[in-house]
Amino acid sequence: MIRGAIIGLGKMGLSHAAIVGAHPDVEMVSVCDTSTFILDAFKKFSNIRTYTDYKEMIEKEPLDFVLIATPTRFHYPMVKYALEKGLHVFCEKPFSLTSKEGEELVYAAKNNNLVNQVGYHNQFIGTFREMRRLLNSGILGELIHFAGEAYGSVVTKEKGGTWRAKPEEGGGCLFDYASHVINLIQEIIGRPIKASGSQLKSIYSKGVEDAVYGTLILDNKLSGLLSVNWCDETYRKMSTSISVVGKNGKIICDATEIKIYLKEASPKDKLDKGWTIKYITDFAIPVNFYLRGEEYSAQIDHFIDCIKNKKMTDYNTFEQGLYTDKVIEMIIADYKIH
Amino acid sequence: MDKVLFGDNQFFAVNHASDEKARAQSIRFKDDAAIIKVIDQAIDLGISTFMCTTHDRIGNLCNHMRANTQKYKDFNIYPCMPYAHKYANAVTELGIMGTIKQYVPGNLFSTFAKGGFAFLSKDFIGLMELLIDAEMKMFKGINTPVIFIQNVLVDMILGLKMYEVFKEYDAYIRKKFNAEPGYITMNMPTLLDALNTVGIGNPIICSSINKIGFRMSGGIDIYEKYLTEKQFRPIAMQVLAAGALSPKEAIEYLGKFPRIESVLFGASSKGHIQETKELIEQNV
Repeated sequence: MIRGAIIGLGKMGLSHAAIVGAHPDVEMVSVCDTSTFILDAFKKFSNIRTYTDYKEMIEKEPLDFVLIATPTRFHYPMVKYALEKGLHVFCEKPFSLTSKEGEELVYAAKNNNLVNQVGYHNQFIGTFREMRRLLNSGILGELIHFAGEAYGSVVTKEKGGTWRAKPEEGGGCLFDYASHVINLIQEIIGRPIKASGSQLKSIYSKGVEDAVYGTLILDNKLSGLLSVNWCDETYRKMSTSISVVGKNGKIICDATEIKIYLKEASPKDKLDKGWTIKYITDFAIPVNFYLRGEEYSAQIDHFIDCIKNKKMTDYNTFEQGLYTDKVIEMIIADYKIH
Repeated sequence: MDKVLFGDNQFFAVNHASDEKARAQSIRFKDDAAIIKVIDQAIDLGISTFMCTTHDRIGNLCNHMRANTQKYKDFNIYPCMPYAHKYANAVTELGIMGTIKQYVPGNLFSTFAKGGFAFLSKDFIGLMELLIDAEMKMFKGINTPVIFIQNVLVDMILGLKMYEVFKEYDAYIRKKFNAEPGYITMNMPTLLDALNTVGIGNPIICSSINKIGFRMSGGIDIYEKYLTEKQFRPIAMQVLAAGALSPKEAIEYLGKFPRIESVLFGASSKGHIQETKELIEQNV
């Protein structure tokens, strides 16, 4: 059995704890949080050991990995400590608050040969994987433009909140929401190397932005739009989409469907001329335990599989998480100039 | 339970295959009158159970039902709690403690003595009972013979292996509401085993059942084995696998498992409701 622990029991931490707890190859040894209210629930209803100090937990428990789901500003010291103690680490997104800290962690994980993964779960959604496959095959010909969008109704009223309302702690729509879209663009289409015309807009929040708009220029010279707003109550839940236009057609993709338009049929991909619409039912990654979406279990399954088979992850490495942090820094720097 | 249970996803922009279709639905059902019209059509076709989430707008439907008691006297609602997105968005914004403070009835430190007590003494079961009472408030005076917990919560408790919570929920629903507890899950075989370990026998479990194995965690084989061999009261949902199957082939498949008691489905047009209802009655 692989022995694991969770640090940070917010929404994502609890969800991870349930998924890790249900994994047949993992023993969920312990959890760590500062809220004694949450820890007491674990004490009362489960056999999982509880801690308020992550260093004490890592010292005392014989662990193979930790999963860190604390507010972003704690990622750096916690990941660093866990890596120094020889543990494999899964860290929630966004990865780090500054790329300097992130670089140190990427180096430490590599140097110690430890499995490292960041929680950009969209990479484990079948439709986005299909989009990546199709783009890599060059099906659209020369690319002309892309758009990455995400909308949702997280903040719909004016009021101060938790750490998520503090930019210095990794709060705000750019770190929390837009990071998902940037990461998808980066892994599916190409790595952004420049941000231009960036807009960070506060709508209801004080101190942080609620919307991010701008242009990104990628390493393959393609340019496109980023449009993210978490105050849009026309969306019941977070809705993320990527579209790419090429000389031979276009692809529009979200978590539930992929729509492909081709000027000429592609027999090898079994795609007709004109529109083809395919649904997640064809692409969902099978999982043994489901909570809130296949992708959340699939990313943990992948992480555990890498530990078990002593191989490095090919999705959501620390280095990829760090690159998303760097794009975030590009957008902030571009916004500040104007 | 009725063989045919009418669901509510179509009214609240839930579509597992297409966000775009979901938005079109939210436009069509923006007024409560549009929802009531479809429910009345379902009633005219002989459907007498509506299984729905504890969405704020269901409160408006309940008001309508209470204002027309004669018309709805034989009509049942199976509430499914909680409406998860309400809490999920609140947790992102306010944290877990902030969310509890927001949704526990009354202010924690004010007049609501039971709430304050439950919170301060970490009486988790007392807190659960308060949250259930808050969710059930809108159904006062309406028949709710089966009360479900939503899959997101069931599967969270299941993964954390906090099975005693199921036992407490089960007992409270029977005692307080004189109703049968039900469980919605994406992990039916694991859940049934877990419920059995805390002495809950023959439970009502609503889970995805379709011939392509969509959202049937652990695979279709173990689902079929449990449907054939184990003692429980299955309700089939997501039978069309988010539209990947035609109603006919989807519902004929369910006919292979005589233990399936009910089928949950949602539709927006009278023709679709009638077609699906007839298929269920012929095959299940």
